[in-house]
Amino acid sequence: MKYKSQKVAYWFFALSMLLLVLQLVYGFVMGFARIGFDNLHEVIAFNTARAVHTNLLVVWLLSGFMGAAYYIIPEEAQRELVSVKLAYVQLISLAVVGVVAIVGYHFNYWEGRKFLEIPRPLDFLVVVNVLLFLGLILVTLFKGKRRTTTALVLSMGLLFAALLYLPGMLPFDSQVMDSFFRWWVVHLWVEGVWELIMGGILSFLLIKLTGVDREVIEKWLYVIVGLTFLSGVLGTGHHYYYIGVNKIWLIVGGIFSALEPLAFLAMALFAVNMYRKGEKKHPNKLALFWTLGAAIVSFVGAGLLGFAHTLPQTNLYTHGTLVTAMHGHLAFWGAYGMIVLAIISYSLPNMTGRKLYLSTRGRAAFWLSNIGMIGMTIAFGVAGVIQVYLERKLGMEFMEVQKETNVHFVVLIICASVFTIGIIMYIIDFYKHGKPSDEALEVNMN
Amino acid sequence: MLSKKQARAFFLGGTLVTFLIFIGLTIYSFSVENDQSNHENITEAVVRGKRIWESNNCMGCHTILGEGAYYAPELTKVVDRMNMKYDGQGEEVIKSILMSPAPWQPNGRKMGPYEMTEQEAADMIEFFKWIGEIDLNGFERIVSPLAKKENNN
Repeated sequence: MKYKSQKVAYWFFALSMLLLVLQLVYGFVMGFARIGFDNLHEVIAFNTARAVHTNLLVVWLLSGFMGAAYYIIPEEAQRELVSVKLAYVQLISLAVVGVVAIVGYHFNYWEGRKFLEIPRPLDFLVVVNVLLFLGLILVTLFKGKRRTTTALVLSMGLLFAALLYLPGMLPFDSQVMDSFFRWWVVHLWVEGVWELIMGGILSFLLIKLTGVDREVIEKWLYVIVGLTFLSGVLGTGHHYYYIGVNKIWLIVGGIFSALEPLAFLAMALFAVNMYRKGEKKHPNKLALFWTLGAAIVSFVGAGLLGFAHTLPQTNLYTHGTLVTAMHGHLAFWGAYGMIVLAIISYSLPNMTGRKLYLSTRGRAAFWLSNIGMIGMTIAFGVAGVIQVYLERKLGMEFMEVQKETNVHFVVLIICASVFTIGIIMYIIDFYKHGKPSDEALEVNMN
Repeated sequence: MLSKKQARAFFLGGTLVTFLIFIGLTIYSFSVENDQSNHENITEAVVRGKRIWESNNCMGCHTILGEGAYYAPELTKVVDRMNMKYDGQGEEVIKSILMSPAPWQPNGRKMGPYEMTEQEAADMIEFFKWIGEIDLNGFERIVSPLAKKENNN
């Protein structure tokens, strides 16, 4: 840590961890409901748990991205954040909007649009919150001594993410148009601009952890984000195959979404090569684990598993089945969950001055959470393939098929428990670092 | 060897070109002659049905047009499916489920009591019927009960 204002990142990360734990709780509520233990139905019906689970995912990741930006931008721009007080105002308002939305979901206060359940009045508060955040980041960057590619890519990702939230707020009478523009938000976030954010954070971490020349890393960063947009924008078409829009998307979506794994492959190769090339042996091995892990697991989860059901001929049968949940879990975890945990693992010792680099608990957290998540992905995958075969090929009734998949949800819950133990260990490590301190400025490793 | 400037040009150029094509294809998809969503059949009742669908977050359990939560049945062709199952009385059965003051628990999965009025339930039926008529590029054959029967024969 080089600037005192970077400490604000800690509180965004702490909020992020809190929301992650809550997300897991609601995930278990759904898992148990699927195997018949829906005892909380009166209080937390499945649709409530589902909305809370997915929205908490978005908010904990966004809180992590914001924390990452508050940590990275001052260091890249070589100046303090323009206003720490406003950053805290933004943090509190983010938490308030999140809590109101989640509580509201328990009382039927929602929009019922997958991933974008937040009601319109709260949408406007989200916009104000994000504008405040962007203002702080962009003004800091503008007033800074230097504008690096890493900072620009990260800021562009955050700016576009905010702009792309707007199409999701447009009201439509047609379910088809509603769905079409909802994907402008959801797809162009996760398979577009969020990858800029991921790329920016990854680039910052690789510069710090490997010691490879910034120019080399940033050049490849441009190539990767270029590949991301080249494939990802038109790759949105894979959501349009079967929702009631023109057949042209079968061709466009099919070709470009088949290219999407290339961006993730490039990211994985880039990270591993930079690590091999690097002469600097940074002592923070845990941060390195999470950084390289994010690049590799995102390739498997988002790239390979996405490709597995992205072609129209396959998607005709897998569309609207648990196969999507298989891909979704490992993709979000690898691409975004792990990169947030990577930047936390890197920055926490720098902010607190406590360099718990080699803790056994930290390593166990990494392996248990990853093994657990891979197990969950397999369980979803097997259940998904069974669903596709029995329901879509043999024509069995939906609920009859669901009974056949029960056992895989038992496996899912077991794997989710392993994952949760890993996350709890990570959070214990987070807690053991203590709070951020100005004294950490003096023991800064970088 | 690629320079940083060339890499930046690749990123900015590629993004701009693909985004422009994307906007063009969006306009093309929603032009009247290419519309396959039955847009002209969206009545006020269909719109009211859509609002009810959203305000109850039905998508949080069910799927429609293949989108949703995979916890409860796909409803794209629900009217056809229930008509087949209940000898042409599908609409009445759906209405009775939606209007029921008691919770429903088909095959052990709970659905709360929505206690809709006759009008609200009728609006939902209109919404489902409109959805059921959309040209889904072949997906309708996969989720449709009639198609399933044909496939199995």
